[in-house]
Amino acid sequence: MSPPPPETLARESRIQVPYAWSAGATLTRFLKGLRDSGRIEATRCPACAKAYVPPRRTCGICFADCAEWLAVGPQGTLLSFTQAAYDSPAHPRPRPCFGLIRLDGADTALLHLLGDFQPGELEAGRRVEAVFAEARSGSVLDIRHFRPVRP
Amino acid sequence: MEPIVVAGAGQTEFRADRVEDTFADLVYEAAQAALADAGLSIADIDNVVTASNDFWDGRTISSMAIGDAAGAAFGDGKPVSTVEGDGLFAAVYGMSRILSGAYRTTLVVAHSKGSEGRSELITNAFFDPITERPIGLDAVSAGGLQARAFLDRWKPGADDCARVVVKNRGFGARNPKAHRREPVTADEALRSALVAEPLREADVCPVSDGAAAVVLAREDFARGRCPRPVRVRGVGFCADAPMTQRPLWESAALREAGRAAYRRAGVIEPSREIDAAEVSEQFSFQELLWRQELSLAVPERVNRSGGCLSAHAWIAAGLARLVEASLLLRGEGPNPIEARTALAHGQYGLCGQSHCVWVLGR
Repeated sequence: MSPPPPETLARESRIQVPYAWSAGATLTRFLKGLRDSGRIEATRCPACAKAYVPPRRTCGICFADCAEWLAVGPQGTLLSFTQAAYDSPAHPRPRPCFGLIRLDGADTALLHLLGDFQPGELEAGRRVEAVFAEARSGSVLDIRHFRPVRP
Repeated sequence: MEPIVVAGAGQTEFRADRVEDTFADLVYEAAQAALADAGLSIADIDNVVTASNDFWDGRTISSMAIGDAAGAAFGDGKPVSTVEGDGLFAAVYGMSRILSGAYRTTLVVAHSKGSEGRSELITNAFFDPITERPIGLDAVSAGGLQARAFLDRWKPGADDCARVVVKNRGFGARNPKAHRREPVTADEALRSALVAEPLREADVCPVSDGAAAVVLAREDFARGRCPRPVRVRGVGFCADAPMTQRPLWESAALREAGRAAYRRAGVIEPSREIDAAEVSEQFSFQELLWRQELSLAVPERVNRSGGCLSAHAWIAAGLARLVEASLLLRGEGPNPIEARTALAHGQYGLCGQSHCVWVLGR
């Protein structure tokens, strides 16, 4: 039998730095829309007409200001989805289902949670809608998740 | 213009937990291996470029914590700077410094020790802190989203991804530097546990500890000094939009990076002219996608090292591809093949946002 490996010491710690990332004027309007009126707002690039949600102040492709606002969703189309089958301290709920959703009227996709669905109900192209949280705080999680649209 | 060569290449063994080595120790080991391979000493090195990421290292200015280990303090000290990103991009920077005419040689080193942090938290921090991070995604679940988009779009055969796993893990089983050294069968791959559907355990690269290094040099400097140089024929790199603003089933950035590298290298028909390729597949389906975008036709000529499915240290992965591609051109490596032209590919960002392609020749 080989001898056990020599002990190696480790210092255990964690980096604890509080941050307060300013949402800036553009995302503040978006987050207030979620919080106060359950509206999902996008910005539009004047040059390429692309509607960004979450809204962006500038269009990187055209290097131009996105000054126009428009309402998008709350329904959209599921582009892709997955479920994490592992635990992570970053998960807002156990074994979360993630979706990539193109809201009606938007040209970019929103990353969000999926919920209230039956097994096998999710597929690319499925119509989904935003379910808003009852208590809202001006966070992207003011949308609790997206669920399939049912007739 | 004097051509540039990869004058020497080195890497550590990649393992789940290199507990006896600090991350600086790994940098030193890879740097010394590359110098020895080049037949040079640290005194021959004009400047140093390192690749690191503060989140993986768990400290800010982590680049300065490895400067000594990369030889930057030797003698009067060497010009050193750092790329935050995959090490293959750091190699582009290192090559550019030689092309400037100011230097003859650059030592490039990249490292990470995934075992020391929590990869699901570190890669969650890849996302926008306000609009995305609270959702809880990380690199693996984002890979699940891209995997489904790819499979839905191209509808490859049921076991095409498993075939990538079997091939790369088979090659990796013969690579003494690899983290995963057990071959797997298609059946085992298809039955491994779901991680982020449709991704299963076997489809996902490990999070390894390790480092890779190359010595780049002007060819006229390497001649007569370095025993086994390989020539850099062309390099290209390109960044794409974030994963929410582009189709995930294709990669315009990789096509562009490949096109630029092929043009500079004079490669007209990559499917015929690239004899061996090392691509950075974090997931089995990504190898299918990267092969498609790079027009690489023969699977057995791709990732003969075992690829990232066999060993994947973040930041070092792309530079390790350059090491392995150089070895293949020299007729070395764990699974040698007759090759006159080889390709190395690196990626950085979520779902392959940016890409770097090197074409090398004998």
